[in-house]
Amino acid sequence: MATIENNLFDIGYMDTLASGTTSLHQLDPRAKLITTLMFVIMVVSLGKYEISMMIPFVVYPLTMIVSGELPFNYLLKKIILVAPFAILIGIFNPLMDREILVQLGSLSIAGGWISFFSIMIRFGLTVSAALILISLTGFNAVCMALEKLGAPRPFVIQLLFLYRYLFVLIDETSRMVRARSLRSFGSGGIHFKVFVPLVGQLLLRTLDRAQRIHLAMCCRGFDGHIRISRSLKFGFNEIRFTLAWSLLFFCFRSYNIPLKIGELIAGYF
Amino acid sequence: MHMADALISPAVGGAMWVATAGLIGYCSKKIKEDIDDSKIPLMGVIGAFIFAAQMINFTIPATGSSGHLGGGMILAILLGPYAAFLTMASVLTVQALFFADGGLLALGCNIFNLGFFPCFVAYPFIYKRIVKDGQSQKMMMAGATLAAIAGLQLGAFCVVLETLFSGISELPFGTFVLLVQPIHLAIGIVEGLVTSAVVIFVWKSRPEMLQSSVSSIADKGYSIKRVLIGFVAATLITGCALSWFASAHPDGLEWAMFKTAGVEELEGPEKGLHSSLATIQEKTAFLPDYGFKSSEADHSEEATKAWPAVDPGTSMSGLVGGVLTLCLTVFIGFVIKRRKATEV
Repeated sequence: MATIENNLFDIGYMDTLASGTTSLHQLDPRAKLITTLMFVIMVVSLGKYEISMMIPFVVYPLTMIVSGELPFNYLLKKIILVAPFAILIGIFNPLMDREILVQLGSLSIAGGWISFFSIMIRFGLTVSAALILISLTGFNAVCMALEKLGAPRPFVIQLLFLYRYLFVLIDETSRMVRARSLRSFGSGGIHFKVFVPLVGQLLLRTLDRAQRIHLAMCCRGFDGHIRISRSLKFGFNEIRFTLAWSLLFFCFRSYNIPLKIGELIAGYF
Repeated sequence: MHMADALISPAVGGAMWVATAGLIGYCSKKIKEDIDDSKIPLMGVIGAFIFAAQMINFTIPATGSSGHLGGGMILAILLGPYAAFLTMASVLTVQALFFADGGLLALGCNIFNLGFFPCFVAYPFIYKRIVKDGQSQKMMMAGATLAAIAGLQLGAFCVVLETLFSGISELPFGTFVLLVQPIHLAIGIVEGLVTSAVVIFVWKSRPEMLQSSVSSIADKGYSIKRVLIGFVAATLITGCALSWFASAHPDGLEWAMFKTAGVEELEGPEKGLHSSLATIQEKTAFLPDYGFKSSEADHSEEATKAWPAVDPGTSMSGLVGGVLTLCLTVFIGFVIKRRKATEV
């Protein structure tokens, strides 16, 4: 039960973060969405055994976290929570691929381990980019950006609705689960026989609610289109932000900067 | 099972994005055409319901693990394929953004895997065929269960294909299929039973809810998709046959997988660190078996593969440079932080 409330808190907290006032928060959501996509594509397009070229990319999430005043530990915790899937698939690499790829003195590292760490870094970078996007922008603004960038309107309206009623329904769910657990002395999990009517009831309530909402909307003149008063402006700041970061990502992608630095230092000695 | 950004290549991610975007556009057009205004809030709110319902876990008897509703099939039954696909897409979008399930590039894959198969394959070709319009409880039960299983098997198979084509993971095709399909067979059975039970619950207390969706589904648009049946059936048979083959192993493999299945199915934050560590432990326990078999099989292939030359010098420079770059980026972060602090 605690997890249901935690989830609710979690989503709400991300929204609180999005209401920050830094210059990053104020950028047009489209700029942040496009930059995030560029970032993810550049990171993912790196070769399977690439580790060193990925390291410079850390600068993007780090800069965003620091100058967007986001809580680093909280985001880190969120990333670690979803890590098991990537680990699960990635861990097969060291087992399948035992060819020695890196030789450091007497220590030899198999290609599988390299690609495993590559997967983990990839994972950390892409996941943090998505989380940063939402906590700098907020869900509603991301939806607006999606619509402006050409996503079909029914889909966007749908997303807005889902988000709006998420809180209401999670609240309702946690009340139902709490009521059940109070009546069963808090013991054990929910039995299948209880689960079905529980979810069924929730579904019926949801359907009723949807009908009421629709009637209320009709009363207020709903014609299949939600109008949002906030206007978007893709100005100089947005262009500068998107271009500068994209260019930087492109450089990171094209030149192995850590290797160059390393060679420079090795040459010095 | 959510596909992750870390495991796909841009080509695969991009292709699936295009496919998914096309499907979303198509479904949106369809929804606009048979404009039934009440459906739009209904879709959104039911999407929120799926989200909320996923947070209720029930215990699976005798295994100690727990499961929850997945949602694709129940959406298709309640809303019809087009609306269900859009709703599933938005549920997955919210999951990707807030819980970092999957990722932005992998979102296309995830929507396709978890939305397309239940809505456009399992629902019209399995559920509708079995249930028809005469509504008997047994038929609904069978239809929903089979459709949920098939939808998940196909989705899981697609995860395997996407991973394979991306080439980031080393898992050989056979091993991956043997690993993933049985897990999803178990998940699918649980999902199917839950789906059918909930659908029957709704049908008993509010039959008009199901009838309205049944009558509003246009059966006309499926002529092209009929061509796909052959392909889909082939993959289904392959997937299921392989699953059964794996389940026939007498060594408790299935038991272990079933145990992990419940954990595997949990989404994001519900996945406690404890349970995931346990999963990994269980996995590694039977891993040597797999590793041994396939490393033998793959040996000849590996030998012929061209590897990048091993050069200690380059590795050393890379390592030193990498560490330095990392220090540099962290330093940049600190500088910005300092500057911000002095600004305030």
